[in-house]
Amino acid sequence: MNGFATRFVTEWLGGLGRLTLLAKEALTSLFTLKTSSRTVLYQLYFIGVKSQSVVVVTGAFTGMVLCAQTYLQFHKVKMDTATLAVVSVSMCSELGPVLTALMVTARVGASMAAELGTMKVTEQIDALRTLATHPVDYLVVPRLIASFVSLPLLTAESIMIGITAGYIVGVFLFGIDPAYAYYNMKKYTEDTDLIIGIIKSFMFGGILALIGCYKGMTCGEGAEGVGRATTEAVVYSSITILVSNFFLTLTLSELLKYL
Amino acid sequence: MIEVRDLKKSFGRHVVLDGVSFKVETGESVVIIGRSGGGKSILLKHLIGLLMPDAGQVLVDGEDLCGLNERQLLRVRGKFGMLFQGAALFDSLNVFENVAFALRRRRDLSPEELRRKVAEVLDMVELSGTEEKKPSELSGGMRKRVGLARAIIYQPQIVLYDEPTTGLDPVVSDSIDRLILRVRDALKVTTVVVTHDMRSARRVGQRILMLHNGRIYASGTPDEIFASTDPVVHRFVNGISVPREHYF
Repeated sequence: MNGFATRFVTEWLGGLGRLTLLAKEALTSLFTLKTSSRTVLYQLYFIGVKSQSVVVVTGAFTGMVLCAQTYLQFHKVKMDTATLAVVSVSMCSELGPVLTALMVTARVGASMAAELGTMKVTEQIDALRTLATHPVDYLVVPRLIASFVSLPLLTAESIMIGITAGYIVGVFLFGIDPAYAYYNMKKYTEDTDLIIGIIKSFMFGGILALIGCYKGMTCGEGAEGVGRATTEAVVYSSITILVSNFFLTLTLSELLKYL
Repeated sequence: MIEVRDLKKSFGRHVVLDGVSFKVETGESVVIIGRSGGGKSILLKHLIGLLMPDAGQVLVDGEDLCGLNERQLLRVRGKFGMLFQGAALFDSLNVFENVAFALRRRRDLSPEELRRKVAEVLDMVELSGTEEKKPSELSGGMRKRVGLARAIIYQPQIVLYDEPTTGLDPVVSDSIDRLILRVRDALKVTTVVVTHDMRSARRVGQRILMLHNGRIYASGTPDEIFASTDPVVHRFVNGISVPREHYF
């Protein structure tokens, strides 16, 4: 048991170290512009444009159910017009960035791990290296840039759709007074809520791209290795996003107090 | 020139290379033979710095690859072209993009010049007119030819072949052997071939090295190796198993 625990901790620390080195290599390459714009554009299309439907549906139904639940509780204490304020603040600072990141992780993080994993087991990554191309420049950096750019935009879209869907449900289904609902929403939603959400989504973009690429590039042999890498990419990215969300909330709230 | 000095590599407790040493002179054509799983491909990957040894040195034109990081290795790898066992074509790119890959950052090449270079090298491997095909549309032999075209388009000094005829029928294997010789003679490259296809080894090698139990067990011209009376070499080149290796 002791040996198993030691091996587990050693492997975990080793993995964390390799992930850190990959992040360092990718960020160095990113700032020296060694990647091709064509590959970045393709990844922007794949990660940003093709994730729209998932993000819109997630944002809309999250806003709707949040509005319904909040209204059903607030109605008991005659606070109906505060419903949209809760929807707005929650969507901006927590639900928008987190749910968008989780949905994009499921779609894109898994795809990154599977694609790079298949390239590794079919020696395509070795072939890249023999052609004097650094795999990080060609494979990781375009995905990282595209995720950094796409996630904040997708999150903004999700927030907007969520609030709109919540407004429609609140006003047209539950009959909340639209003027008061809108006034309270604007009163209680601060700029910092939105800024926190967008900063978080930027960080989550980096997390899901780095973990997806790392898991793909270090996957085991054969179909089993690719399958495991794909699963681990989604699980580890999701857990990291959820855990880091808590610490980001605390840190950003403190930092943005002074703005 | 490539020089390997006392190269050692293990994976866990499994020792794959146990003190391999040899030299390949500039322009020479060397074939490395040995049993499946004996470490031939591992050895080949050390020559181009895709794997790093546990001990020993790999010197390319006097420069030790073992002390270099990945970015420094990219410069040295410009001297090499490599054909992988499964060709390792980029399956998201078509034949043209695969072959042109190494030249895509060359700003001194116009699109027309790039097209002409790709057409020339595809003609050399007898695959003219396949530029728009995807790797999934190609047969095994065609994939290897495209892989070779990709490896030689930038005129490397050294070409490494990892099992170039494995999985191909005898006729296609023969055409690949001829292609290896044509590339060697036309581009004056140093050639290192890893194979267990004895017919291919005899045809393309000026010198044959046999890897056995993690070391270079035998070395000589094809005639010397095929005429060897050493039981290990004799059994291998003639495909004779020993009784304990009969599994039913």
